[in-house]
Amino acid sequence: MKSPLLSLVFAGIGLMPLHATLDQSLRALAAVGREGQGNEMASSAWKDVVASGPSSLPELLAAAGKGSPVADNWLRVAGETIVSNARQQSRTLPVAEIEAFLKDTGHAPAARRLAFDLLQQADPARAEAIVPSLARDPVQELRRGAVQRLIDAAQSKEGEPAKAAYLEALDAVRDEDQTRTIVKALRELGVPVDLPKHFGFLRNWQIIGPFENTGREGFATVFPPEKEVRLDATYPGKSGPVKWQPVESQDEYGKFDFNKPLGMLKEVTAYAVTTFDSPEERDAELRLGCKDAWKIWLNGQFLFGRDEYHRGQKMDQYKLKCHLRKGPNVILVKCCQNEQTEQWTVEWEFQLRICDGAGTAILAANTTKP
Amino acid sequence: MRLIALLPVLTLGLAFPALAADWPQFRGPESTAVAPDAQIPSQPKIDWSVPLPGRGLSSPITVGKKLFITCASGPEQDRLHLFCLEASTGGTLWERQLQATGRTMTQPKNCVAASTPCSDGQRVFALWSSNDLAAFDLDGNLLWLRGLTADYPNASNSLGMASSPLVVGDTLVVMIENDSESYALGIDAKTGGNLWKLDGPKAPNWTSPLPWRTGAHASTAAVLQSTKGLLAVDVASGSRLWEYAEGASNMSSSVIADGVVYAASNGVTALLPQSTDPAPKQLWRSKQINPSTISPLVLGDRIYSLNGAGVLSSADIKTGTIQWKLRVTGPFSSSPVAAGTRLLVVSEKGLVQVVDTTAPEGAVTGKLQLPLKENSKELVLCTPAVSGNHVFVRTDSTLWRLGE
Repeated sequence: MKSPLLSLVFAGIGLMPLHATLDQSLRALAAVGREGQGNEMASSAWKDVVASGPSSLPELLAAAGKGSPVADNWLRVAGETIVSNARQQSRTLPVAEIEAFLKDTGHAPAARRLAFDLLQQADPARAEAIVPSLARDPVQELRRGAVQRLIDAAQSKEGEPAKAAYLEALDAVRDEDQTRTIVKALRELGVPVDLPKHFGFLRNWQIIGPFENTGREGFATVFPPEKEVRLDATYPGKSGPVKWQPVESQDEYGKFDFNKPLGMLKEVTAYAVTTFDSPEERDAELRLGCKDAWKIWLNGQFLFGRDEYHRGQKMDQYKLKCHLRKGPNVILVKCCQNEQTEQWTVEWEFQLRICDGAGTAILAANTTKP
Repeated sequence: MRLIALLPVLTLGLAFPALAADWPQFRGPESTAVAPDAQIPSQPKIDWSVPLPGRGLSSPITVGKKLFITCASGPEQDRLHLFCLEASTGGTLWERQLQATGRTMTQPKNCVAASTPCSDGQRVFALWSSNDLAAFDLDGNLLWLRGLTADYPNASNSLGMASSPLVVGDTLVVMIENDSESYALGIDAKTGGNLWKLDGPKAPNWTSPLPWRTGAHASTAAVLQSTKGLLAVDVASGSRLWEYAEGASNMSSSVIADGVVYAASNGVTALLPQSTDPAPKQLWRSKQINPSTISPLVLGDRIYSLNGAGVLSSADIKTGTIQWKLRVTGPFSSSPVAAGTRLLVVSEKGLVQVVDTTAPEGAVTGKLQLPLKENSKELVLCTPAVSGNHVFVRTDSTLWRLGE
């Protein structure tokens, strides 16, 4: 075991020990930090890991998902290089161990994605064989191939068997494009689908505005709703007193358009607030789509904000990790419209959903299952 | 002792710069889109083609006998690829993949692999729209990684980023400019650590830094272009050398030839930086030479500018006066490249056109229709690379080498 003093020395001069163990090398890769910190040590460690060959892959996978996404890329490139070298040299790869790692859903999502990719690289047929078992995997990206097979199977059926097959696919699907395909087919077969529930969109809000955003200064301005959420309050707005009003989005993808209740305004700011009754305390993601400048707070804590206007919007554009309390959780959204007058700058809207890391909707405690 | 004494010599010997015949970065040697020791084929034909596994509009680069190209695959374009191919055959020497750590949303025509890699002859540096930045040696060994969105979380553009990195000496210059968080970084090419960071205007910017190799700053400066204008910086320190503040394009990059900066500003504005003045002297300005989204180039005593609709203008570099205009078949997104006396342009629909610049009014002397993938809407958006007597051009699905 390396002494703490020795570790400091190595860290200080940015070098790996001459005979670093695999464990030391993997820890150097997992330890890279912001702004290139640890890169010099990782560069040396990367070569050691690659040189250690196929037998190091199980340990490499075990190290993944525990550092930053950048650290995971160090491990990914090392793992894929090991597999590539081994295939060129016709060396045996530990595919059974990689597959076992993949099947253990207790491992970190990033590590399991890497395991699947290494398996696919090492033994494509074996990876293909495992795909159907991933339809309800906790990692969103691992589901995709299995869902596509369910869609393909459903497309070859008619009538009731087709309905059953598409409903099975709907239960598994998390990606928007695949969901659209499935929902279109189900509706053509006369099967109703509750998309807002499937995705977990929040559609009932209280909104207030307009406040100022002349010169795009509203984004940084702290208007009263950022200091208090009091639904019976009245505040001075951009063109007179403003107060909270209830709204409900009718959009299947949960888009809420401020232009409808407030008018087609420019250089304005508005807020929307809702209370989400979480059935349990848990980690979650708030996933937002918005092409205006925005900020989000959860239970009074600022999560993230972005002052980009009219560069594009899509579902799940921003994935914000958060932690829900059991019971009521207050979500406050600030949305700013700018001064542009082109036809493509009319939108003053957002869509927001709550889900887990796999994109599975988290429904409010009082919601019936879809 | 003798061995130790030899080490610096050996190290110097290994630290060779990119060769003259290389096309080591976006728009080639010196970022001028001109290959000084190459020849554009008069009647191009396809030497070879290789399939690519993901989307990309980045240019290929060549370093010695190797060719490097990036792409991005998957429904979210979040799997980032860097390929090293044998330039003579298109055979894969190695491939490395990363998982995107930043945002991968782009407008449909743009894509995640939009930035062209660059090389100093020892290392290759690749950047994607997700702000993932990687350095490899030419044998595929990973030297360092940066996740610039992890470092600076608001730096992204939902339309996609496209500025290409530039390596000058031991500094890699990267421009990450957008509405929310804009900056330029000078990064230690050996370690990936920051040497300096300059805040930029909060506005989208797809232009690329240019090497500035004139006077006292023969190999140590870069020119950064933004909506505000041009800023020349010392690459070792990030200190400002001179600045032009009359605005510039955020799409087409400027070009530098013989110490004169032909800025993509108010059409084209020719600027001569002064050693005694922090502002360059304006030599001429022509709004008639409007590069729009396409970057101009200088060949001999002419500046050439192509607009998206397909009008190629040839103007006198001393005055900006247009000498002739030639209609070529567009539309275009990629910029022209040149070698010898020939220009080469590739339309979005894959029509390669060779222009003889010595003809009195310019003339298209050679054409080749690339066999774009059937039943696909793919377009040629990349600026070609020129090396030796060959041209390299790619779409989302295919990389071609063209020869005589």
